[in-house]
Amino acid sequence: MFEATEINLRHKRTEVLVKLLFGMMTALLILPVALILGVLIYKGSPVLSLEFLLTEPTNGMTAGGIFPALVGTIWLVAVALIASIPVGVAAALYLSEYAPNNWLTRTINLAIINLAGVPSIVHALFGVGAFVLFFRFGTSILAASLTLAIMTLPVVIVSAREAMQAVPQAFREACWNMGATRWQTIRRVVLPNSISGILTGVILEVSRTVGETAPIMFTGAAFFLPFLPQSVFDQTMAMSLHLFVISTQVPDVPEALPYGIALVLIAIVLSMNAVSIAFRMYLRSKKKW
Amino acid sequence: MRATAADQTILDRRNLDWYIDKAVQVLVFVGGISAIIFIIGIFVFIAREGAGFIFTRWDPIEFFTSPRWAPTSSHNPTYGALALILGTASITGLAMVVAVPFSLGAAIYIGEFASGRLRESLKVLVELLAAIPSVVWGFIGLSIMNPLIIQWFNVPVGLNVLNAGVILGLMAAPIMTTIAEDALKAVPDTYREAAEAMGATRWQVIFKVVLPAAKPGRLAAVLLGVGRGFGETMAVLMASGHSINLPTSIFDSVRALTATIAAELGETAHGSDHYQALFVLGIFLFAITFVINLTADLVVRGIRNR
Repeated sequence: MFEATEINLRHKRTEVLVKLLFGMMTALLILPVALILGVLIYKGSPVLSLEFLLTEPTNGMTAGGIFPALVGTIWLVAVALIASIPVGVAAALYLSEYAPNNWLTRTINLAIINLAGVPSIVHALFGVGAFVLFFRFGTSILAASLTLAIMTLPVVIVSAREAMQAVPQAFREACWNMGATRWQTIRRVVLPNSISGILTGVILEVSRTVGETAPIMFTGAAFFLPFLPQSVFDQTMAMSLHLFVISTQVPDVPEALPYGIALVLIAIVLSMNAVSIAFRMYLRSKKKW
Repeated sequence: MRATAADQTILDRRNLDWYIDKAVQVLVFVGGISAIIFIIGIFVFIAREGAGFIFTRWDPIEFFTSPRWAPTSSHNPTYGALALILGTASITGLAMVVAVPFSLGAAIYIGEFASGRLRESLKVLVELLAAIPSVVWGFIGLSIMNPLIIQWFNVPVGLNVLNAGVILGLMAAPIMTTIAEDALKAVPDTYREAAEAMGATRWQVIFKVVLPAAKPGRLAAVLLGVGRGFGETMAVLMASGHSINLPTSIFDSVRALTATIAAELGETAHGSDHYQALFVLGIFLFAITFVINLTADLVVRGIRNR
């Protein structure tokens, strides 16, 4: 029969210790954030109400709600999605269905990585130089949303490409053998089988777009506007910038107000993310091939 | 027998579907190269705004060696970026000191020790942490970390390198954890099995086999963390104190490159020296992050080609 020697026991003890150490490091990574979220909820929840979401800021933004910022964020996200989804899906289609393994494809992949790595404030400078000034959109929802669209493009491309590449090659070959063109194959086979995967990527993009602040600061988001935007050429308030303004630029703000805004912002972002993750897991479990 | 004109008409399969197919191919190709167009576009448009300054007023020696960033001075505006560069570097450096050990530790725990449900939940949790917007992190630095630092370390101001560095470390850690965990997962199981067959214990396998084999992946994770640190704007703007200093301790307030652009662009007149100088900072940031991302990509590709 096997009996543990001194050296076996020592190894066992070391292993338990090592496991404990790394477990603690993981916990230390997550716990502070959990604590912070706890503080946000504790201090922010008293101001939360339906009224807070649906009324305008009053008294020099020291009281009232966040309605214009909420509406503005919806505008910004919607226009950014309209601009980025077609381009992102086209790019993913090219990379997944057409691209040969050559220098151009490698350059495209490198460009996508770099586009994701460019600092958000540099995207803002680009938005000012290109959309606000060169294309003469002025500081408007259109300029801000296009800046956001380019910034979050890599999210759409990468997730859409993954979804398309997950469609088995045999599906495409079966379709081609019936005499279908490449486009017919894409429309009838590739897209229907990857649409849910693309959708998870889009949800992820929404969550990313909602939180961005720097790219919209100089391209279309305003500190305070007493009216709601009527078209894409208007400026708008936005949730993320509103939190920045309230917590740094406005004097005599009651303490709970910025906590409330931060809480709403983080709730939107995290719930979109959670939906995306849950949807992805559901799709994985339903997968038939 | 040669094909007659009639034969060629029959053989010609260019019907409507053929044309649609070709049109789609062109459209998709344009979409495909869009990322390249945008990267070039970003460079062209920020260079276009900053070019006037570079060719007339810009003094590289002043830019890289003078700590005096005083573009609004009426009699003698100076454009020394040294304090801003060191501000960004000190915050990013401290962030890496915080993030590297913890993200590597977490990656090892999630990748090598945790299993089943625990592992899946930890991965989801890490993914959610990575999603918290930077303006919210900035707010946390401003209103939660600031009083804590003043109280714990008995210093007059809590908005400093320590605050911004810890915030940035917490922001970068989830992404670095994910990349490091991918790198650990990419180490072939046969390596682990070979070591176990030689009688190695689990932690011996991790320290002597898995970690050395995943070295390029760990490097890539750190590089991407550094890139994130250099580019982070809102959190650093709100938590660093935003005052021009050559940092001598972690309790000094500093100002970062990104934060300078974010704070000053709104107050400058279009086309002025100050306005153009901010675009020059942008070109500098673009160049740094470009090199960092390129290096990280080469390191990662090195793993794949091995």
